[in-house]
Amino acid sequence: MAAKKKERGASEPTPEELVRYYREMLLIRRFEEKAGQLYGMGLINGFCHLYIGQEAVVVGMQAVAGPADSCITSYRDHGHMLVCGMDPKGVMAELTGRAGGYSRGKGGSMHMFSREKRFYGGHGIVGAQVPLGTGLGFAHKYTKDDGVAHVYCGDGAVNQGQVYESFNMASLWKLPVVFVIENNKYAMGTSSVRHAAGQELYKRGAAYGIPGEPVNGMSVIAVREAAIRALEHARSGNGPYILEMNTYRYRGHSMSDPAKYRSKEEVTKMREQHDPIDQLKEKLLADGLIDEAGLKEIDREVKALVTEAAEFSQASPEPDPSELWTDVLIEA
Amino acid sequence: MPIEILMPALSPTMTEGKLAKWLKAEGDAIKSGEVLAEIETDKATMELESIEDGVVGKILVAAGTEGVAVNTPIAVLLGEGEDASALSAAAAPAAAVPVAALVPLPAAAEPVYASFKRQTVREALRDAMAEEMRSDASVFLLGEEVAQYQGAYKVSQGLLEEFGAERVIDTPITEMGFAGLACGAGYAGLKPIVEFMTMNFSMQAIDHVINSAAKTLYMSGGQLQCSIVFRGPNGAASRVGAQHSQDYASWYAHCPGLKVLAPWSAADAKGLLKAAIRDPNPVVFLENELLYGQSFDVPDDPDFVLPIGKAKVERAGTHVTITAYSRMVQVALDAAELLKAEGIEAEVINLRTIRPLDIATIVDSVKKTNRIVSLEEGWPVAGIGSEIAAVMMEHAFDWLDAPVVRVCGADVPMPYAANLEKLALPQIEHVVEAARAVCYRR
Repeated sequence: MAAKKKERGASEPTPEELVRYYREMLLIRRFEEKAGQLYGMGLINGFCHLYIGQEAVVVGMQAVAGPADSCITSYRDHGHMLVCGMDPKGVMAELTGRAGGYSRGKGGSMHMFSREKRFYGGHGIVGAQVPLGTGLGFAHKYTKDDGVAHVYCGDGAVNQGQVYESFNMASLWKLPVVFVIENNKYAMGTSSVRHAAGQELYKRGAAYGIPGEPVNGMSVIAVREAAIRALEHARSGNGPYILEMNTYRYRGHSMSDPAKYRSKEEVTKMREQHDPIDQLKEKLLADGLIDEAGLKEIDREVKALVTEAAEFSQASPEPDPSELWTDVLIEA
Repeated sequence: MPIEILMPALSPTMTEGKLAKWLKAEGDAIKSGEVLAEIETDKATMELESIEDGVVGKILVAAGTEGVAVNTPIAVLLGEGEDASALSAAAAPAAAVPVAALVPLPAAAEPVYASFKRQTVREALRDAMAEEMRSDASVFLLGEEVAQYQGAYKVSQGLLEEFGAERVIDTPITEMGFAGLACGAGYAGLKPIVEFMTMNFSMQAIDHVINSAAKTLYMSGGQLQCSIVFRGPNGAASRVGAQHSQDYASWYAHCPGLKVLAPWSAADAKGLLKAAIRDPNPVVFLENELLYGQSFDVPDDPDFVLPIGKAKVERAGTHVTITAYSRMVQVALDAAELLKAEGIEAEVINLRTIRPLDIATIVDSVKKTNRIVSLEEGWPVAGIGSEIAAVMMEHAFDWLDAPVVRVCGADVPMPYAANLEKLALPQIEHVVEAARAVCYRR
């Protein structure tokens, strides 16, 4: 999670970096599995959207993020928070609605923030984070802090009008923004062929002069390479850039979605042939960058982190009843 | 330790479900992630995956059982060399729900100013923005036609020249987009002033005003603030028809996390806008086009600012209280003059802030007059008058000698025809009549 220390413009990941990406993706996977389990146990309620299958996207992007960069996403946000460096304990405790959560139990799965880590949510209205993130880009430019806003949205969100309002302003004012479209092929239960006129979502900024490219979002190395190009473009004052990450979520849209709109074979094929973690694991072993013992050690370490988060999230008390009335307004 | 498997909640609304089918029998080994059973929820059939590796020790609920409550133990999973033993499920104690207390702000005396200058509301608003932009580099203005055009209603006249295009920004006609962008800039610590050409167009952006600005502090447990002002002309102008003539005071006042201000005079406009820009919370600032050109005395003091949440008694009286905001303050004052001729002394309260409402000032006045008329341009249903009536029931019931009367805009979309438009808006005679009614002088 020391991703931000990376020198800009470096083209090839070092062996240490590759191992770190593996560890980060595994952390997200195990964290999300645990969240799913806690949901089933009734410890997490409401909406809970898991990131399983899409791990390479945020890990590859964050791998080459600059020190002042900001990040904002939709409600499928647990992975982003973990890779931005937020504490798994605080994230899990927010999921269980406890005082130890990032929002002290008042936000939930979709509403967590960390100004310190420059993670600006966690937004529950599909597409709303796109103008908000464009505003983060505006602030980077206004304050000249050399940051770029990483603005994530799904393939479903790109049919919202405000996305194009944002594209227009971001391009018009040359704002440092990278729009990351995580195309997991389904807008809830509606497949992209049924919801999008034209399947090449990276071209959706063409009318505004925003360059875009499709990326293999199941490969953390491919994501990282594209991220370097996109971030460099945005950081150099050339305005926004669009990356369409072709990815896949293994679980339903949310915990209550049985995902009957796609075949088991389709999901199995993605899991078995394109899994981002398995692919990187094979590469690490094939290139001799790590051995089985090393992988086991990472497994153990990640499992311990997740277990600790789960235990914390259950041991942390519910928020004090007085919390109901706090944080509505700042007392001036 | 053996693990008790509980009936899972598989949707936010699920309280019970049917245990449709077991895919494992007692004694079967199971791995984490393997499907253990199928559960029918109120929505669909879902697969229940095992939480851990182990052996199914005991099935507690038979396949086909309907109405199994969430969190009922349905099976026991054993680890290596374990057998089933009693597990206690700790029930979470129910938390007490505290009741909202209405705490009026403490009364604070307004300072007395030595000198005044005559200004239009338009100039006062411009000066307020300019002064705050001079003193705080993080304050900027964006909106349609605010820069080169000098403001659609000339409110931002001269600001581009003084502050440059980086801080006075013409946007495309894209309310949802620029309101969202401004909220994001607010998250990052800037202090945007968003001008809506009229508040009618803020409907395009209301998701960001409420969901992105007003709720974020709460949702973040106090971590992330959004200091932002949404301002623009509100209410009926003149002959612009239904879509451009609406009072949004009650819409925004409904929402916790927002402050809602509605100035009447130029002094209100200047003092309250400066306060709004300095305030760390999202503020909706409702102006009125018909007031822009009107002149008032404004304290000539660089430190002049008005407190948010404080109403002003514009005219003292003993027989009836009339509350009003924005342009209706003048209507109330005009009505008070007519009432005076009939021997009725009306106390006119300029609310200035709609949320938080200055309950103390209204209650104090009613304790003296025992009668109240609420005047607003907006529609009656769930309006500001409805709120004031409720507040009077809660805080001044024993002092009322007559029921609260509301004078509101007609409960119709605004018509275009001159005669109908006049009929749709509260007029001085409506207020006079209402005041007579509560004084039983009809």
